[in-house]
Amino acid sequence: MLDPESTAVEGLITMSVPVVHDVIIIGGGVVGVTLARTLSRFELDVVLLERDAEVGFGVSKANSGIIHSGIHADPDTVKGRLEWPGNVGWLRLRDDLGFGLAQVGELLVALAEDELATVEALHAQGRRKGVPGLEPYRQDQVRRAQPNLTREVIAGLWAPTAGVVNPYEAVLLIADNAARNGVQVVTSEPVVGIDPPVVDEPDAPIRVRTPGRTWHGRYVVNAAGLYADEIAAMAGVASFTIHGRKGEEYLLDKRLAGLVTSIIFPCPTETSKGTLVTPTYDGTIMVGPTAEATDDKDDTTTTPEGAAQVFAAARRLVPGISPRDVIAEFAGVRAVAHTEDFIIGPTDRPGFVNAAGIQSPGLTAAPAIAELLLDVLSDEGLALHEKDAWQPRSEHPVRFAQLSTEEQAELAVREPRYAQLVCRCELVTEAEILDAIDRGARTLDGLKFRTRIGMGRCQGGFCTWHCMQLLAERQQVDLPAVTKRGAGSWLVCERDDAGARPTAALGG
Amino acid sequence: MTISAEPRHLDARYDVLVVGAGPAGMAAAIGAREMGADSVLLVDRERDPGGILLQCIHSGFGLHAFKEEITGPEYAERFFEQVLDHEVDVLTDAFVMDVTAERRVKLMSPSVGVTTVDAGAVVLAMGARERTRGAIHIPGDRPSGVMTAGLAQKMVNLEGYLPGRRAVILGSGDIGLIMARRLTLEGVEVVGVFELLAHPSGLGRNIVQCLEDFDIPLHLSTTVVGIHGRDRLERLTVAPVDDQRQPLMDRAWDVDCDTLLLSIGLIPDAELARDLGARMDPLTGGPMVSSTMETSLPGVFAAGNVVHVNDLADWVSQEARVAGEAAGALSTGRMRPLEDIRLLPGDNVGYVVPHTISSDHTQTVSFRVRKPIYGDTQLRLGEVHRRKLKAAVPAEMITIKVGPHLLEGFTGDALRVDAVPFDAEADAPSDAVGGER
Ligand SMILES: Cc1cc2nc3c(=O)[nH]c(=O)nc-3n(C[C@H](O)[C@H](O)[C@H](O)COP(=O)(O)OP(=O)(O)OC[C@H]3O[C@@H](n4cnc5c(N)ncnc54)[C@H](O)[C@@H]3O)c2cc1C
Ligand SMILES: Cc1cc2nc3c(=O)[nH]c(=O)nc-3n(C[C@H](O)[C@H](O)[C@H](O)COP(=O)(O)OP(=O)(O)OC[C@H]3O[C@@H](n4cnc5c(N)ncnc54)[C@H](O)[C@@H]3O)c2cc1C
Repeated sequence: MLDPESTAVEGLITMSVPVVHDVIIIGGGVVGVTLARTLSRFELDVVLLERDAEVGFGVSKANSGIIHSGIHADPDTVKGRLEWPGNVGWLRLRDDLGFGLAQVGELLVALAEDELATVEALHAQGRRKGVPGLEPYRQDQVRRAQPNLTREVIAGLWAPTAGVVNPYEAVLLIADNAARNGVQVVTSEPVVGIDPPVVDEPDAPIRVRTPGRTWHGRYVVNAAGLYADEIAAMAGVASFTIHGRKGEEYLLDKRLAGLVTSIIFPCPTETSKGTLVTPTYDGTIMVGPTAEATDDKDDTTTTPEGAAQVFAAARRLVPGISPRDVIAEFAGVRAVAHTEDFIIGPTDRPGFVNAAGIQSPGLTAAPAIAELLLDVLSDEGLALHEKDAWQPRSEHPVRFAQLSTEEQAELAVREPRYAQLVCRCELVTEAEILDAIDRGARTLDGLKFRTRIGMGRCQGGFCTWHCMQLLAERQQVDLPAVTKRGAGSWLVCERDDAGARPTAALGG
Repeated sequence: MTISAEPRHLDARYDVLVVGAGPAGMAAAIGAREMGADSVLLVDRERDPGGILLQCIHSGFGLHAFKEEITGPEYAERFFEQVLDHEVDVLTDAFVMDVTAERRVKLMSPSVGVTTVDAGAVVLAMGARERTRGAIHIPGDRPSGVMTAGLAQKMVNLEGYLPGRRAVILGSGDIGLIMARRLTLEGVEVVGVFELLAHPSGLGRNIVQCLEDFDIPLHLSTTVVGIHGRDRLERLTVAPVDDQRQPLMDRAWDVDCDTLLLSIGLIPDAELARDLGARMDPLTGGPMVSSTMETSLPGVFAAGNVVHVNDLADWVSQEARVAGEAAGALSTGRMRPLEDIRLLPGDNVGYVVPHTISSDHTQTVSFRVRKPIYGDTQLRLGEVHRRKLKAAVPAEMITIKVGPHLLEGFTGDALRVDAVPFDAEADAPSDAVGGER
């Protein structure tokens, strides 16, 4: 591979001229990619460095997928200020990029007299923040709106602005669009060090180290999620610590689709919004999350205790739910700063900016976080000139399954690979897989989150092999180099060389 | 992967269209032609016909159909030759997306694009799919290395790769047992087979030939309760279960391995039938069928694993032939049989197929027991028939032939099938109500 740090002229290497990027973003979660796309509106050289094999593989894909109505977070906090503008920002993103986002609304319910005050307080808070459409519901209105809720509901608050999104799809399409507008998105590129400032050269770019490279940036934005404290420490500005707070989520069989049609919230407690019952964008019901402090930031295990807790709480709201209906489960870890709030802003080191401690509602707030970061960077001296040729829209990937028979037939005439089946449960074709690979899918999980392969009833039993072959073929690697999600998540090994592990893992 | 996009011509209408070219589909297509269907189209989504047989490279097929023991691919090949001899149109790499009650079939294939064809009769022969981790809800991490036994079988037998180096098998279904042996032969260390139930769910001969002969331990009443490993599977926690199938965590232990194969059962791949609105049997997960394997929708037949999970391909071929012949006969205007008696699963019977029978002809009735009986077993078909078996286990499907001679004097509209431990006194052949009439 050509090292872009050096310029080689006709075979003789004269000197090494480092490319200096205007902005280096560390971390390709929803915060990093949304910032990348926001910056791509301007005449800037932006690079995003992501540790994992693909963007969005952190907590940004493992959450409830709720674009919160805007009523929940205290407006005297940063997260509270950004929640509602974030919600509005998502609708614009959806209109531009066409990912799945449905404003299904939320219904907050009170099950006991002493919870009525909480409902009233959240109503007042929402009004204060300018959230439109809020409506207190009496018991009979709750029952009419959601007949499958427990009969014990005594009142509720209806907030029509809440939505559900496919978070991974959104992150990928946002990153896609940023890349289309010139942002360099580099995956499998973990930041391992940041050089100290050069003493006599205050204007020297910040040097960011990854295992094989040094990246030079005038500005560096730390959007490294759970590891933002370590990145800040590398930069010499360790002013905060990040703790993990795990949340388990359980997806229920399609059979239960329609059990609730809006997001059902219990009254919140001090540390958590409680266990929610959510109709996901895909129509399945999801219950969760839990909220458990964890010392291990990478602990995304589900546990019997977590399941018990989630189902006890969910059944209090919707008695028709049962653990027997679980078809998939996962956990994500929230990055919680010791301040319990977002940490967004400049630091003592010129040019180094934090976007850290982005706990819930970080997904919701992401578009507003990006706008705030834009202001911060501009205040720090980054010159912003709008591009003439910025392309807010990208061509949306084809979803064969959602087309009419006529459209399907027409596509298949143009490209026979649209008539070649790969995933039979979700009806995904070979052409869609190849397109996803061309857009950056490097792993089985990456294909799954982009195209829905393997998400159906057979959970990949039918399509896994075909997908592995396409990944290997398109990237010209051997099958043992294909992984589930990068690093050591290999899938098959060769027959002979006993004990040997695949060597060059794709994306890790 | 090469795409065979050679454009192909399909007729607008076929007398019989068969979905799936496994042993069921192939036998149905042959049967349809033999009973007079002029045009038969056999469709499969894979590149080659044969279904699940193609990856079953062990021998053990054909003992009934060919009176010799051959491998799965050989069995498939013999049937496919017959398919070609019978001038059946075959379309592979083609996925049937939808079938309507009017028997309009929508399919997609690189060679024909997305198109619809009409059929006088349709035979659904889509086989079964494996149950997955989601179906049993094991807590822990979600690393690579956890897969169904059938996927591992495909990797090893068809593609020539290994799923890992040190494997555990959860579930004692036949695919898992066969894979335990295969992997051992391939140099993979198979640590053990763990089964939640107190009895194995695979065939007795597979327990002997695949586990005992290779010293692979079988842990009954034991299950996996935890999966560990961030990227690749590293370790499992396993625990014995009590008689309520609840894990006894204080007796749990850890097993190091990089691969977990799930062999926890098959489910009929019957979505097309369900979407069509065919009446389904919650016990089998497949459509309900008549004695000629016709579903509740006239002209739509079903056979093989899509109706109920069979343990022998030979039975599948037999049953599917019945379906194909009836589908073919429809095109010649033959009358349907009476279907005047319903069959009901009774004591210790998990399911019965078909769901109705006819007193005017002879049919094969298949069923499985719910709990194993390791000793003399009494089979009862209502009051009209009794038979003594040496044993009855869920792993082995039981079949009986029921013909007019048994049903002559019977005037009711339903018969119960029971399979209970033999009680010498009550079940004595001298018993007035029993026996053949
Ligand atoms: C169970 C659960 C449910 C939730 N539900 C919701 C919800 O419904 N609505 C909502 O608004 N919010 C929700 N949240 C919160 C939301 O998911 C997060 O706030 C948001 O995803 C944070 O995004 P991020 O980009 O900061 O973090 P991440 O997605 O974690 O992104 C950080 C990225 O930085 C990368 N990185 C780390 N270290 C390095 C390094 N050294 N070099 C390079 N890259 C590095 C990581 O690999 C990662 O991709 C939920 C959280 C959890 C846990
Ligand atoms: C591991 C294993 C070991 C076995 N060992 C033995 C043995 O030793 N002896 C023995 O006798 N039997 C054995 N069997 C059982 C036997 O193989 C099966 O019972 C038999 O293959 C079932 O036949 P089928 O035609 O119903 O289904 P399948 O063989 O599964 O065929 C179904 C076909 O339908 C196709 N299809 C499905 N949906 C569509 C669609 N929408 N459009 C187009 N095509 C579609 C599939 O691609 C497939 O080719 C074994 C089975 C397994 C899995």
